[in-house]
Amino acid sequence: MSGSVLFDAPGPNAIRRSRLLSIVFAVVAVVALGIAVYQLWLGGAFYQDRWDIFQDPALWFGARGLMVGLGTTLSIAGIAAVGAMILGVVFAILRNAYSPWVRVPTTVVLEFFRGMPVLLMMLFILIVFSTGAYWAVVWALVVYNGAIIGEALRAGMKSLPKGQRESGLAIGLTPLRTTLEIELPQALRIMMPIILAQLIVLLKDTSLGYIVGSPEIIRIGRQLVDFYDRQGGPYALSMFFVMLAIFLGINLTLSAIVRQLTKRMSRPRRGGRNLDGTPTAAIPLSTRALREIKDPQAETTRLPGSGLGGQG
Amino acid sequence: MQALLENWPLWLQGMGATLLLTAVVTVIGLPIGILLAGMRVSPVAALRVVAAVWTEVARNTPLTLVFFFTAFVLPKLGIVLDFTLGAIIALTYYTSAFFAEAVRSGINSVPIGQAEASRSIGLGFGSTMQLVILPQAFRSVLPPVINVVIALVKNTSVAMGFFVFVLVSVAQRLSNVYGDQSLQIFVGIALSYLILTVPLGQLVDHLERKWSVQR
Repeated sequence: MSGSVLFDAPGPNAIRRSRLLSIVFAVVAVVALGIAVYQLWLGGAFYQDRWDIFQDPALWFGARGLMVGLGTTLSIAGIAAVGAMILGVVFAILRNAYSPWVRVPTTVVLEFFRGMPVLLMMLFILIVFSTGAYWAVVWALVVYNGAIIGEALRAGMKSLPKGQRESGLAIGLTPLRTTLEIELPQALRIMMPIILAQLIVLLKDTSLGYIVGSPEIIRIGRQLVDFYDRQGGPYALSMFFVMLAIFLGINLTLSAIVRQLTKRMSRPRRGGRNLDGTPTAAIPLSTRALREIKDPQAETTRLPGSGLGGQG
Repeated sequence: MQALLENWPLWLQGMGATLLLTAVVTVIGLPIGILLAGMRVSPVAALRVVAAVWTEVARNTPLTLVFFFTAFVLPKLGIVLDFTLGAIIALTYYTSAFFAEAVRSGINSVPIGQAEASRSIGLGFGSTMQLVILPQAFRSVLPPVINVVIALVKNTSVAMGFFVFVLVSVAQRLSNVYGDQSLQIFVGIALSYLILTVPLGQLVDHLERKWSVQR
């Protein structure tokens, strides 16, 4: 992070000023938040009768309870993540094929899949193949994210030094085996941060199932609100906070894990043991490589043509 | 295709709404994003914390849940918004965080020596940012920012689930009426999105190729 260079290590005056500014800003923020909370409190958002439904076990574990919805969300995400990884590898291989008869159509298809909203694909699968909402969501997520992961892997393979492919071919591997055994493993390692980030986006995208009608957590939440509202008290806000907490909990945990993994993977690799069993020293790195490792995001985040945000 | 051609006013309406949402959200969201990015690298700790919390929360909330808030929760609190306005608010909140991250990554991509040189000739944080970092960050910021706009074009489709008539809604409504032509209708709508996203993607590739050479 270059932030530390942008300003001096603060001296006593600057520290005092910065602290003062921080306090002023914090006070303003707290007051704004306080007014919002007070308004909600006047509206009754924190009264017992807005939250009592969450003590009802049926709300959590009933046949159409929140936990069942969460289960659907997670199972859709799990199946789709595995499928998207497999499809992504297949797309990357086809995209890298020697024959233009394979390469060009794959490129067009990938471009097509990446350029449209996942929601459109979900509706398409739902209406044309009538698979039911659950599988429509799964298939759409597999195809869409498979295309994105395939494109990421291709970019990863392209970023490898040319000598990798050439030496693979030179020792007599077929082009396909060169791709599979030399280029793809390296591309996977380089692109893993992007792929994992995309899988988190995939988890968020499962909530689009709300619109096509798969019983994932937001749809269940909505139905529960409608159901309990008939017995008194608007519960929409409390339900929103509960679902927000669930999503933030899961996503922030996963993001933290991904960040740790990225950090670990971008450390310089040590060689294995020598043939006689003695440990090797660290593989020497050029200063350029060292500089790149200092900022693992710098090169990899700028993948041509891939949406940073992805779908909602 | 026949069904789409016959119903071109409907298509135009959907396309118009999609373009309107994209344009309005970009115009409002980009300045907010730049502001957030600036706050994130600023010397004042409280600003950094607020910006970090905003971006992290917005990026880790599904867009559907944000729409759920503007479309269902706010009315229950007595704030009844027009559905299009609700969609604009939801998309702006969500997208501003991604704009912020794009800008911040651009700021971080300026070689560290530039900031060091600027600091060593005595410029402060404000001048360093304005005169040295941001002008250089601009060229590496633009491609990721356009990528965010591409994602935004696709994200406007979520508004369909919350009573805004966008391009996806055209596909759904027409395929209900012309059941036998649903394949063509969906391909047509997909192409309509590609008309918007592919040129933007090409622009990103072009800018990256053109500007990366000069580094």
